[in-house]
Amino acid sequence: MTTTQPRRDNKPRTPQGKAAAWGDERLRVAGPLRNQLNKVFPDHWSFMMGEIALYSFIILLLTGTYLTFFFDPSMAETIYPKNGTYVPMRGIEMSQAYKSTLDITFDVRGGLVIRQIHHWAALLFLAAMLIHMFRVFFTGAFRKPRELNWLIGLGLIGLGIVEGFAGYSLPDDLLSGTGLRIADAIMKSIPIVGSWVSFTVFGGPFPGHLIIGRLYIVHVLLIPGILLALIGAHLALLVRQKHTEFPAPGHTEHTVSGERIFPTYAAKAGGFFFIVFAACSALGGLAQINPVWLFGPYEPRAVSSGSQPDWYMMFLDGSTRLFPSWEIRLWGYDLPPLFWPTVVLPGILFTLAGAYPFIEAKMTKDRAIHHLLQRPRDVPVRTSLGVMAITFYLVLFLSGGNDLIAKAFDISLNAMTWGGRIALLILPPIAYTLAYRVCLGLQRHDREVLEHGLETGIIKVLPTGEFIEVHQPLGPTDHHGHGTLSYSGTPVPKRMGELGAMSPIKHVRGFLWPVKEKPEIQAALDEYEEQERAALESHSSDQHELTD
Amino acid sequence: MSTTDETPDVVSHSTSSELSSPTGHNEENRPTAEELREMTAEERMLAGAAVDGVYVVHRRERFPIRGTKAEKRAERGVAACFIIAALAGVAFIVCFCALPWHWHLPGTPQNFRFYTPALGGLFAILMLFMGIGLVLWAKWLMPEEEVVQDRHDIASSEEDKLMTEATLAVGLADTGLPRRSMILRSLGLAGGAFATVPLIALIGGMIKKPGDQLFHTLYRRNKKMFPGTDGRVPLVYSDWRQVSPDDLQPGSIATVFPGVRQDDENGFNGLTSASSPVIVIRLRPGQVVHARKGQAGFGWPATNPEYVAFSKICTHAGCPASLYEQQTTRLLCPCHQSQFEVLEDAKPVFGPATRSLPKLPLDVVAGSDGRQYFVARDDFDEAIGPGFWERP
Repeated sequence: MTTTQPRRDNKPRTPQGKAAAWGDERLRVAGPLRNQLNKVFPDHWSFMMGEIALYSFIILLLTGTYLTFFFDPSMAETIYPKNGTYVPMRGIEMSQAYKSTLDITFDVRGGLVIRQIHHWAALLFLAAMLIHMFRVFFTGAFRKPRELNWLIGLGLIGLGIVEGFAGYSLPDDLLSGTGLRIADAIMKSIPIVGSWVSFTVFGGPFPGHLIIGRLYIVHVLLIPGILLALIGAHLALLVRQKHTEFPAPGHTEHTVSGERIFPTYAAKAGGFFFIVFAACSALGGLAQINPVWLFGPYEPRAVSSGSQPDWYMMFLDGSTRLFPSWEIRLWGYDLPPLFWPTVVLPGILFTLAGAYPFIEAKMTKDRAIHHLLQRPRDVPVRTSLGVMAITFYLVLFLSGGNDLIAKAFDISLNAMTWGGRIALLILPPIAYTLAYRVCLGLQRHDREVLEHGLETGIIKVLPTGEFIEVHQPLGPTDHHGHGTLSYSGTPVPKRMGELGAMSPIKHVRGFLWPVKEKPEIQAALDEYEEQERAALESHSSDQHELTD
Repeated sequence: MSTTDETPDVVSHSTSSELSSPTGHNEENRPTAEELREMTAEERMLAGAAVDGVYVVHRRERFPIRGTKAEKRAERGVAACFIIAALAGVAFIVCFCALPWHWHLPGTPQNFRFYTPALGGLFAILMLFMGIGLVLWAKWLMPEEEVVQDRHDIASSEEDKLMTEATLAVGLADTGLPRRSMILRSLGLAGGAFATVPLIALIGGMIKKPGDQLFHTLYRRNKKMFPGTDGRVPLVYSDWRQVSPDDLQPGSIATVFPGVRQDDENGFNGLTSASSPVIVIRLRPGQVVHARKGQAGFGWPATNPEYVAFSKICTHAGCPASLYEQQTTRLLCPCHQSQFEVLEDAKPVFGPATRSLPKLPLDVVAGSDGRQYFVARDDFDEAIGPGFWERP
């Protein structure tokens, strides 16, 4: 708050002042701290996707730590006790891992809700990262100088998928055991070293006695450590390079505008963390997820229909279902069909995504530094490529649940598979073409509004009997009545309301009865409003002089 | 709230817009301590921001006139959010301690069902209102600001580049590496060793040789364990009961295992080994299996077989191919929907699988109770489960 009292010396007088001096004398932080407090964050809703990913990662760390207090990553066989809480499992043989998951669910007060929050947060973490990636892609935020952060982000998504898979495999239930069995088959499909890889990972023939313990340390230490380091690097690069921002009046390549981190942005971002946590918590409390007690412990002989993995693995499941039964025999050796959709395909997808910034720079010969974003419509080729990739991904994703779709809509399962195979080939090019046309159409409409002005909805009859609609030009016009403003990458207003015309009516405040301020406050308010109006008027007359 | 400007050069019409402007870096006109002491706190804050290349181009109190009813209402609104959050916290603690939470069988009181939703919901309310309160606080009560920060172009200054390059070049020359190739190469060797050793040590500790383990199962003849049947392994159910042909109705199936109770070298017995599960199918009268080459006598009876047995492990990705459609005589794997035609000796007819399910040669022996029981005449004649490189 503003104090008018000038300070005469640098002796701290308040307790917080003394504490600040204590810290500064040891760390010398006054300069750098102020610098960070003053850092400017742009305010745009699409920038919150990355925040959601970051916050859900924090939620995962918190809830995951809680779960480690109770979980026992052991494959030792045990028998669910005869007096165990969950009656249907009494006397059934299972691993310690599965039993301790049941204990978290049934015998730890509030354990189930934390386990479910953890699982929901994991789904949210990956979804937010993917959508954040789409935002960065479609707005061109990956361009120089941010290619490194694009690659780090891609690494985060790849590791996040592995982390999620390791995590949902830990309970050693029937569903996740089936997933591990498929993972084993995928390893075996690798040429030359496949069976060695599988035996090394599982410590012998599948399932071995080690995999849960190994996945556990991978899940709670190894990958989270790498994720944490990569997130740190991702954010450090963001601070170093500063945010991108959409083109707008006053936005330049040399500045970033928005709000300072302290206090406004900190309050908003901190509040948003709690809102994300609230969403995860509501899901964890109200929406059941991964009810392992219904699946039962893993047994190699058993499987249930409708075995779907978590959503981020579904595209691999789908690609595996759609891939034709092609097996290659080479000089007496075997290349199984599983190799192509589960090893080669994700390899190609991640390589293409990682190479994209460099490919685009090469194709467009654009070596400039970019801090201002592009509207997707202004880069139709990139936008259409993105839409094409998303279409490809969606076909794979839906095919991962094609048995459920077949059941729900009473379609033949084989027809679903063939439909998926055909759709995978023909939908992406169609999506490309459509997206391209939509981009061009939107571009054209922007130009049209800039040239002819906004439709006002007012129809006029000319003396000749002709009907015309009156258009409101957005700016100065030439002698044909055409607008002279050129397109500059910012949204063009498309409705009269977006022009920000002030309503001439002074609204009466108050819900049930008018708000009555005290007379002296009302007088101050009136005076203030009068000043503002005068300032605005003098300003708009200045503007007129400039444009005329 | 009456600012409607969209144009770049227009700053606000509010009180403090003149205090600073985005005119470039301000390092030179850094105010002295003496000057700073003469300023108000707000002026000092703005001066500090300007030194950091941060310019407040527009700053306006949300409620320029203090004490209006609108301001009080905003303040009350934010406080109400925090109070709701606090109350939800209290309710959470009460529910956590007081609500019934122990699982009970269906048919008994199910009031434990509210425990998890109550905890999750109340925790969500606690944090939702905490979050909304913070956001509204910023949006309703903190001054609205439009702030511009210099980016400082990413690339370094020419001077820095020249000096740093020289530092690196001279440092490298000081080591002598460019001309001492012997050191460079030997160092490369040592570095290579340093990088490889931990990898070898780790992989070496973990590596397991597949050997021929993927090529045989516990159905392999074992004379030591089963001398009575000439080493042929009996087929059992998951409770170790022996499988008799009479157990199965025509058109039905059973999942069976090798009756090996002793753990193998990997610590798995007939029931727990992942390569064990086998499906025995009793055909309906009139159904004829067209046997693959070399598997003609694998069913039981050896001619015109009524019973056939296949490995349950899908040859595609290893899931159990569990679903048997009696009408179409197809076995379906629920993981990737490969379908195997039983009458064609479990040949894949749809989906991604490429190879038939391996067939177990069946035989029967007479038990001590006079009934006939299934045994495996021998191991599968090929590797079961998903494909791999060395598979012939």
